[in-house]
Amino acid sequence: MIRENTALLLEVRGLTARIGDRNILKGIDLTVRAGEVHAIMGPNGSGKSTFAKVLSGHPSYEVTGGEVLFEGRNLFELAPEERARAGLFLGFQYPIEVPGVTNSAFLRLAYNTVQGTRGKEELDPLEFDDLVREKMKLLDIDPSFLGRSLNAGFSGGEKKRNEILQMALLEPKLAVLDETDSGLDIDALRVVANGINKLHTPDNGMVLVTHYQRMLNYIVPDYVHVMEGGRIIRTGDKALALELEARGYDWVGKEAA
Amino acid sequence: MNTETRSDYLDSLLHGRDLVPEARAGWLKALRAQAVERANALTVPTTRDEDWRFTDLSPLYKVPYRPSAQPGEIAAAEFGRFEIPEAATRLTFVDGNFSAALSRMKPADGVFVANLPDALAAHDRLVESRLGKLAGTGQDAFAAVNTAFLHDGALIHAGRDHKGIAPIHLLFIATRKDGAAYPRVLVIAEPGAQCTLIEDFAGLADGAYFTDAVTEIAVGENAHVAHVKLQREAQTAFHIARTSVQVARDGHYSNWSVALGARISRHNLHVMQAGEGSEFSIDGLALIGGRQLADTNSLIDHAHAHGRSRQLHKTVVGGGAHAVFNGKIFVRRDAQHTDAGQQSRNLLLSDKAHVDTKPQLEIFADDVKCAHGATVGQIEAEELFYLKSRGLSDATARNLLTYAFAAEVIQRIPVKSLVERLENHVLEQTQIKS
Repeated sequence: MIRENTALLLEVRGLTARIGDRNILKGIDLTVRAGEVHAIMGPNGSGKSTFAKVLSGHPSYEVTGGEVLFEGRNLFELAPEERARAGLFLGFQYPIEVPGVTNSAFLRLAYNTVQGTRGKEELDPLEFDDLVREKMKLLDIDPSFLGRSLNAGFSGGEKKRNEILQMALLEPKLAVLDETDSGLDIDALRVVANGINKLHTPDNGMVLVTHYQRMLNYIVPDYVHVMEGGRIIRTGDKALALELEARGYDWVGKEAA
Repeated sequence: MNTETRSDYLDSLLHGRDLVPEARAGWLKALRAQAVERANALTVPTTRDEDWRFTDLSPLYKVPYRPSAQPGEIAAAEFGRFEIPEAATRLTFVDGNFSAALSRMKPADGVFVANLPDALAAHDRLVESRLGKLAGTGQDAFAAVNTAFLHDGALIHAGRDHKGIAPIHLLFIATRKDGAAYPRVLVIAEPGAQCTLIEDFAGLADGAYFTDAVTEIAVGENAHVAHVKLQREAQTAFHIARTSVQVARDGHYSNWSVALGARISRHNLHVMQAGEGSEFSIDGLALIGGRQLADTNSLIDHAHAHGRSRQLHKTVVGGGAHAVFNGKIFVRRDAQHTDAGQQSRNLLLSDKAHVDTKPQLEIFADDVKCAHGATVGQIEAEELFYLKSRGLSDATARNLLTYAFAAEVIQRIPVKSLVERLENHVLEQTQIKS
């Protein structure tokens, strides 16, 4: 929801980044305020996933220029875990499988770590169990999930639900969701999208990175940005997403050129 | 080291024989005498021996470790941590000698458990017919030395079709610096029997000592033996153990071997299929740091058709430690339809940590399904990043991933209190290392 003069969550100015000697981000500008939903769309290889990873501090990418402020703080002075504790959340396109660590143990560890650094109360296993089961209902997750290993052997849909469950527990100020819709069938997409909508408040912001428009049928963006060649080449409202769905990405590039 | 020094060392060990009681039974006297002869004909291994290429035992050879017929004292407070609540029966051996005071016997119907002198009193002929038959001293100098000292140990005899559900805990504690102990275990599972044993090697000694253990396990037709070997010796110890197992038709043998302690440890595990349709499940975990070396040398011998084996060996190596795995699976010509799988997975926690792994398949049958593989790696950057992106510190994330790596083996151990204790141990260990 766009409102005047809400808190600035994210200010990205002239961000450039590379992996190895390949420049991928070539000057990104983006401002996200509390309450807003932004969609970043673009063809494969346009740099949108890289942008998400750079924001969360992925070690494979090197920031070569520009600046990013998160609630006014220089984001690049923070380690990945500090960014998470400060309230930045990345929903992974390909969540990592960790056999041997149960979901319940991992979720509680992450929850308590973040709570502790925010000066909030940590929960013992029983209290946490109540909380996590409540949040699981939101995403229609089977209770047996808690005893399974973190993402190990999960279907694509289960992994994405788990990402959003983590988001629900960690209550970020800004969630960057990288291709959360990929790998979901239509029923799972509806459940996950409804879960995301319920987590969205006037105080937090969302950046949805997606290739397809279909998730935006459920989560209505305030802004739609089109990325290509490592830059945002066009910004519009939700109508732009529909136009992209109908016409593809080629025309945007041509108009921008 | 020249050959003379090498045989001198065995000789110096054998000098300690005066310190242990003589055998009463004639056949045992003869068995020991043969072993002395065998040991005299052998030399201790060096890194020039192919089987010992990565494991340098020369630190062991500096001291002629001596056994004792007098067990050291153990304070009750210290003993508490060895308690395994699931085990109704526990035989405790201190410095190689049975301690009735630290043992507890709960006779289970059809399963006979006793230390060797009591076993000989009750089942002399049974013991005579089986002892020393599987771990033939052959080329193994340390098995020969163990047999030369054979005076105490444990017998587990599970009678035909008897199911002993509760695990039997065999606890070997070393208390003396410069001491040697020669633990000996014989397990006989008659056809259709079922039993679980936990061999537990621990040390309270301050300083170096030597454990030279031999375990023989005969699994009868359609019998099931589950075997946990927990090596938690003092960090200064030398631990060399041989486990020789023979599995009859349709018998099952499962082994979980965990190596945490000792400066240098070596486990020789030999599993032999003696009939069609036997199944083996062999899991290993070494978790070491500092200057420790843990060596596992296994041979799984599929000698008959329709055998199945699964082996997973994992090592977690920190500091300047060194893990060695030599795992051979042998599929003989008649062992058609063998299904064998072997995996060696190794996690290095530091730049100075070192792993030598050599999985080997030798297949002489033509209709078999066999697979093996080995990986050596460090903690994956992607996994680490994923956990950190959820707020976990670098150290916590590394600990969690290390724990998860080890937990895969630990969680398969069928004794709940041991699983919990080992999991805590891994968490503590990794926290120290971070």
